[in-house]
This record gives sequence, structure tokens and C-alpha cells, in this order.
Amino acid sequence: MGVSIKEVKKIAKLAKLEFKDEELEKFTLQMNEILDYMEQLSEINTDNVEPLYHVIEPGNVLRNDEVKPSYSREEILKNAPVKSDEFILVPRVIE
Amino acid sequence: MTITEIKELLKENKTTCCELVESYLPKIKAGEKYNCFITVFEEKARKKAEEIDKKIKDGHAGELAGVIIGIKDVICIKGERTTCGSRMLENYYPPFNATAVEKLEKEDVIIIGKTNMDEFAMGSTTESSYLGPTLNPNDITRIPGGSSGGSAAAVAADLVPVSLGSDTGGSIRQPASLCGVVGLKPTYGRVSRFGLVAYASSLDQIGPITNNVKDTAILIKIIAGKDLKDSTSVNVDVPDYPNSLNKDISGLKVGIPKEYCEEGLDPEIKERLEILASHLKEHGITVEDVSLPHSKYSIATYYIIATAEASSNLSKYDGVKYGFREENIRDLNELFTKSRTKGFGAEVKRRIMLGTYVLSAGYYDAYYNKARKFRRLIKEDFDRAFEKFDCLITPVSPTTAYKLGEKIDDPLQMYLSDIYTISINLAGIPGLAIPFGKSSEGLPIGFQILGKHFSEDTILRLGHFIEKLDM
Repeated sequence: MGVSIKEVKKIAKLAKLEFKDEELEKFTLQMNEILDYMEQLSEINTDNVEPLYHVIEPGNVLRNDEVKPSYSREEILKNAPVKSDEFILVPRVIE
Repeated sequence: MTITEIKELLKENKTTCCELVESYLPKIKAGEKYNCFITVFEEKARKKAEEIDKKIKDGHAGELAGVIIGIKDVICIKGERTTCGSRMLENYYPPFNATAVEKLEKEDVIIIGKTNMDEFAMGSTTESSYLGPTLNPNDITRIPGGSSGGSAAAVAADLVPVSLGSDTGGSIRQPASLCGVVGLKPTYGRVSRFGLVAYASSLDQIGPITNNVKDTAILIKIIAGKDLKDSTSVNVDVPDYPNSLNKDISGLKVGIPKEYCEEGLDPEIKERLEILASHLKEHGITVEDVSLPHSKYSIATYYIIATAEASSNLSKYDGVKYGFREENIRDLNELFTKSRTKGFGAEVKRRIMLGTYVLSAGYYDAYYNKARKFRRLIKEDFDRAFEKFDCLITPVSPTTAYKLGEKIDDPLQMYLSDIYTISINLAGIPGLAIPFGKSSEGLPIGFQILGKHFSEDTILRLGHFIEKLDM
């Protein structure tokens, strides 16, 4: 199948990552090597095999919909990289 | 020291928890050259030791009172930095405890530090840690394995008696094996994943790394069980693992998968496996070859499923609520992209990219769905084998510990070295890695004992028996 540098750029955009041009070349090469290896999954016909979702079927796990105390605002804000007293700050969204 | 020794010394008043902490802290200091720890809780451990000494005096200490433990830095401890070996979480302080940590603390362990690991548990060498590589205590020019390299090396170098790791494709068993210690990847769902920072959620499990099988049995008994905070944890009784270790093992049927002994396996490791098999036969255990025909597809299957899940799990790191944020940003899109680009290392980016690709429009059926079909085929191979055998025994790694830097620039070669460990996660079965001798270069050789879902008691029992053979 193989991916081009152009495609790798597109995937990077989807994954919200950026690569320098020289990185991009190396990355594309490595990705192609790995994807080539994965081609072996075409060796056998799996048309009649059901995909496996859960190795151990837990069934539906339900709980009562009860209101419980959650983390305090201060606790959560401790980890925010940029904040004001009560809010997490981000760059302006609307111009 | 073993858990049993610690318990006896404390019981006979021959030592105190404070003395134990004071004996391990200098070892950790002297062992800094191996770079096993990301954080050491010197003062907190001392304070905890005082508290537990008081509890022992008052006669209400927990089952693991005074047991000093290292926790892989992918498992959350409330209010303590949890980096996952990444710049992204360099300053992340979780507001909650992992359930496994909660259960251990309830039994009065002393957590002495957080151990080094491959970034976000993605790697087989512990070289991808943002905090620098961990070195193998058996030979410091070699990798300790990974991703739980810090946890395994710390136990091997006697910096802690026991530790916790996590295993998504071999990350407990492979470093345990390359460092010469014991490690258990429990059945999927046996241990709660709550508070374990996710890599690939359908494969991840927390498990112990210890000096002997009994300590693993003791720890798994404490951390196993259903947890309401993890809907994939399973409500199956937790047996008394430590007390069933000495049950008779004669009559057990052991299979050796022939696909795990073909080309690529170091001849010295193969020879040790033959020695092990003949010992087992002498003790009335049936040992026969078995075939797991889809084994060769496990690496391709694993690296599609694991990277797909990783790309989804790691999309939450956007530099907004927590984690690394790039400065001088103009808009939101740039904030996400630049924070992620700077916050993640090369291997993590590679896996996010692969995962994004295999899930992207037009490729979903060709890769992701295909891999899930192969996952079924691989699991059914094991189901068939366990109709005939109680356990399977295989090598853990095709080679002994290799040199630092040897595979860091060749991701595919590194992925291929996971060949014997990853099918176990795909099938969700338990695997116990135990050391069994050394190579001519003096490097540890390990084997893994596999069993069907929730058969930890059987594989621990066989491991306990083999461990005695080795001595």
C-alpha cells in the first residue's frame, strides 16, 4: 500500500502533530517499513472471521445514576498550565 | 529481601519499618547510576514508616506492613508527580489514587518512589523516557528491557524488594526477564486499571515485579478484584494465591509452542528451555509440543490494535487542562499542535501517527478491522491449546538484554523483539515471567508460563516449582 510524504503530512494534521522536513522523510520511511510488514495480514482469508472486541465479555456494566461529590475546582485547577482564579485559560477562540 | 522475610523480622521485633526505610534509602542513593527512579519519596516514606511502626505496636497493621515498594510512573498516586516518562506530564499531579495503589496502601505498604519507564509505556528498552534511560544492573551497557525497565531494574539491583509495573505487550515480563526477576501480567480484567494512565486500554494490565514467585502471589492477591471504577475489571473470586503455591504439580500438562522456538530464538535460550522441559518431565509433568499457528501474525496485529487505541487515548493531551503547554500561541489549533509536538517524544509520535493512519477513512477495514479478526484467530489458538494443556511455557524474549542504542533508531526491529510476549495481551491470558539461569555472557534468561483466563493460581504454582529447580 505505502504512504507518501504528502499523506504523512495529512495524518500529522489529523493527529495534531508537526514534523520538520527532514523528520518527515525519516518518519515516512519508517512508517512504510512498518506498514509493509503489516501487509502479511493479507496472507490468509479472514472473510468469515468475526472481529474480536472483548477478550473477556463483561456485558453491560450499569450503575445507579446518583449525584456524588466530585473533585474540587482548586484541585483540578492545580494541574492547569494557564489559569485565572476560577478558569482554565486558552487563546481567544472567536476573532 | 522478600516480603516473607520482612514480615518475620517485624514480627520478631528484629527490625522496624523506620529501620527498613533507612536501609533502603542509601541503596537507592547508591543505585542512582542505574536511573531506576523518577521520583523518590524520602521524607514521605520516613513518615509513613513511623505511622506503621505505631500501628504494628498497637496491633492493627495491614497485611503488607513495612513492605517497601516502587511504583511505575504510569500509575497514579494522589498528589505525587506522575510523569509517564514524558515531557507532556512532567508536572502532572493526579488528584486521585489508582485502585491498585489504594489497595496496597490499605495494607500499609511503604511506597518509596516512582520508577522509570518508556514514554507512555511505549517501548521495549526504557530508552525513550524523557528522564533518560535506565541501565540493566547485570551489565550497565545493556538495556533493562521495557517499558517497566525502572521497576524491574530496581528489584534486580535490590533498591526495592518489590515493585509494580504495567504490561500492554510484554512491559512487565520482558524487563523482568532481561533483569533476572519475576513478573506477572495478570488476566485482562483481573486488576483494576483505574489510575493507570492508558496506552492501549484493551491490552493494559497492572502487575507485580518481585524477586520470587511467592511475593508476586502475595501482591496479586491484594491488588486483584472487581472495581466499580473500571468497568472492564471482572467479578471473579480472588483465590488465596500464596497459600496454594505448594499444591502438588505432578500430573500437570505443559505445552511448548513450537512457533516460539523457531529461527530467531537465541540457541542458548532454546537449550535452557530444553533443560527446563526435561526437569519437568522428571517430576511427573507431561511436556509436549503444541502449535499456535497464527503466532507469526501477532506483531502486525498488535501494532495495529495498540497504536489505534493509543492514538485515541492520547488525543486528550492538548495542553489545555493539564500537561505541557507551548507558550506564545496565537490560536487554539496552534496550541494543540505545538503542545503535542513538543510534549511527546519520537516513539509516542510514531505510534500516534500509525494509529491515526490505521483508523483513518479508507483504511479502517484494511487494517484495524482486519487486526481484530486476527486477534480472534490468535485467541482461538490459545483456547485450543488450553483444551489439552494446563500451561504453556515459552521464552520471553528472543535474545538476552541487548546493548543500549542498538535498536533505538530501528522501530521495526524493536517491535519484532516483542514476538513472544504480545500474543498474551491480545488473548487476554495471564503470563508469569521467571528467571531460569544465565547465558554464557552472564545475562539472565527467562521463560514465561501461560495459562487460560483467571488461572493465575496454576501458573504461579508451576513457577514456584521451577524457581526451586533453578536453585
